[in-house]
Amino acid sequence: MKKFKEIKNWGNYPRLHARFTELEFINEIAAFIDRQNNVTIRGNGRAYGDASLGNNIFSTLKLDKFLELDENRGVITCQAGVLFTDILKLIVPKGLFLPVTPGTQFITVGGAIAADVHGKNHHSEGCFSRHLISLTLIGDRGNLIPCSRAENPDLFWATVGGMGLTGLIYSAEFYLKRIETAYIRQETIKARNLTEAMDLFESSQDWTYTVAWLDCLSRGEKQGRSLMLRGEHATLEELPHSLQKQPLNLPDKRKINIPFTLPNFVLNGLSVQAFNTLYYHKQWQKQSVDIIDYDSYFYPLDGIENWNRIYGDRGFVQYQFVLPKAESKAGLAKILTQISASKKGSFLTVLKLFGEADPDACLSFPMEGYTLALDFKLQPGLFEFLNELDKIVLDCGGRLYLVKDARMKSETLNYYPHLAQFKAQINRKFTSHLADRIGL
Amino acid sequence: MKRVLILGAKSDIAKAIATRFAQAGYDLDLAARSSTLLEPLVKDLTIRYNHEVKALEFDALDFNSHQEFYEKLSEKPTIAICVFGYLGNQESAQKDFQEAEKIINTNYTGAVSILNIIANDFEERQQGTIAGISSVAGDRGRQSNYLYGSAKAAFTAYLSGLRNRLVKSGVNVLTVKPGYVATKMTAEMELSQPLTASPEQVAEAVFQAIDRNKNVLYTLWMWKYIMLIIRSIPEFIFKKLNL
Repeated sequence: MKKFKEIKNWGNYPRLHARFTELEFINEIAAFIDRQNNVTIRGNGRAYGDASLGNNIFSTLKLDKFLELDENRGVITCQAGVLFTDILKLIVPKGLFLPVTPGTQFITVGGAIAADVHGKNHHSEGCFSRHLISLTLIGDRGNLIPCSRAENPDLFWATVGGMGLTGLIYSAEFYLKRIETAYIRQETIKARNLTEAMDLFESSQDWTYTVAWLDCLSRGEKQGRSLMLRGEHATLEELPHSLQKQPLNLPDKRKINIPFTLPNFVLNGLSVQAFNTLYYHKQWQKQSVDIIDYDSYFYPLDGIENWNRIYGDRGFVQYQFVLPKAESKAGLAKILTQISASKKGSFLTVLKLFGEADPDACLSFPMEGYTLALDFKLQPGLFEFLNELDKIVLDCGGRLYLVKDARMKSETLNYYPHLAQFKAQINRKFTSHLADRIGL
Repeated sequence: MKRVLILGAKSDIAKAIATRFAQAGYDLDLAARSSTLLEPLVKDLTIRYNHEVKALEFDALDFNSHQEFYEKLSEKPTIAICVFGYLGNQESAQKDFQEAEKIINTNYTGAVSILNIIANDFEERQQGTIAGISSVAGDRGRQSNYLYGSAKAAFTAYLSGLRNRLVKSGVNVLTVKPGYVATKMTAEMELSQPLTASPEQVAEAVFQAIDRNKNVLYTLWMWKYIMLIIRSIPEFIFKKLNL
């Protein structure tokens, strides 16, 4: 299907008019790719900025078929347009789970590879690429190229985290992990400030899943106050009796929907501050334990359809950076001080501790250290403010996450040590607005 | 064993119908040209629903191959659904008979060719359901698509006659008349959203209609009334309209 439409990603910024094509069969796709001068590959549009935007977009959403499932080995092969949510619906009842998942299940497998997504378990289980066995790429002549650690490894490692610039990912084969139940045993612990939060991360290294929601507007002694949520897949014995009969089947949950874009004044410095304070205090106790379903633990925001509309029609920008471990305490403190002074609040601020980077993945974002992800409503002065934050990040030797970015400058790319190796594998036919903007 | 034969399996509606029947526990025979392109769908449905799914080479326009095609099926179906069709280009078809012929043969003659064979088999076995995807366009010929419309009108009359013949043998015939559906076939058209069905909606309606032995199905439902109105416009007015 070929049409022209207005396209935007999750941040609703920027928006472009693009020719939009979606095809299902491999022969038509190969012929289409061969005919194009330039094309931007797009999955489900859950990048925040302009990663999968361009003037001529090819959507992989019709490549939505499972190709193989080996339940014994725990290996699945599927086309690149399959959504994580569809994989979970298929595999959870069989006692299997995704090895790595970000905070939304509405991404495609191709997108997961192109952004080399990470989740709450990077310190224990790495990025998605660690569990990726092989992928099939479609090159600029519509030719199929198999890639793995053994076959075309340079292309494999450039495609992982490669933002769709090396070719069209057609299908992928990856490992799954085994679970006993569809539930997570979650511990919520209050941290009164950043130091306490970081100490908690250090002492939680044995936990599979760790993440902290952080109040980025609190100051002084309370700077960086957070709620740490650490989790493990719940075993059958850990479930309450009522759930033990159907440990792998979740009832359908009712979703809330934000039906229209909220007026721009709704989210402002004061309302965000109010939200943050209420959210931090929602738990009275210092520490509590719950059994919650995997959907609520991993995808709290997916339950609110179109939550991005809260940011008004100008949209918002996500800012995610990582700082090396040694620099993190000082760097984070500086950044949080800047943010609370600016009154440009983010109410969804997430802190994680990453494990080591994968040495082979050229453009993969995580490095050993702390990562913070913030949302900023689009407002005057925001980009200048973020440029200031960039300076702090780069001074510390950190970097930014491309799949979240809508405004960074090309210099920030130089902090990816394997950039040259990546550039050698770029296929000039496959472009994006992001790539043009930052000079990839 | 519950088994469905879907003719024209590469279409969006066919894919949705296949999925719906697989969900309901049917084995599937998916027939189309270049059937190797159906491999991903075959694998997908097998993984999801754990029933037998096969892809078969079938060309609606190769009439001579239809007898052999049907005889070679490993197992005869209990339900046969004829989904293949061709919208074509009205303007081209007005000038170029080859295009007109393709519209007629794909939407009518090819369907007659294969369904005659299937009808005879079902009549002998005294069981089964035959469904044909016709179109509201067949309810009345209009200037913007009467080549397609007339072929579909012929198909509708064929299915009606077939229904009449086969009722004595306990075989049901369902005529499906979709209005606007959002598929590859209508991708270039601007369709009014409230009137446009998704392939999944059509598939659900077809599944229910077959289950309940319905005769004629309009989908989405309002098209029955839209066409009632269209059909009742007197000819002296209709001929001047720009539909």
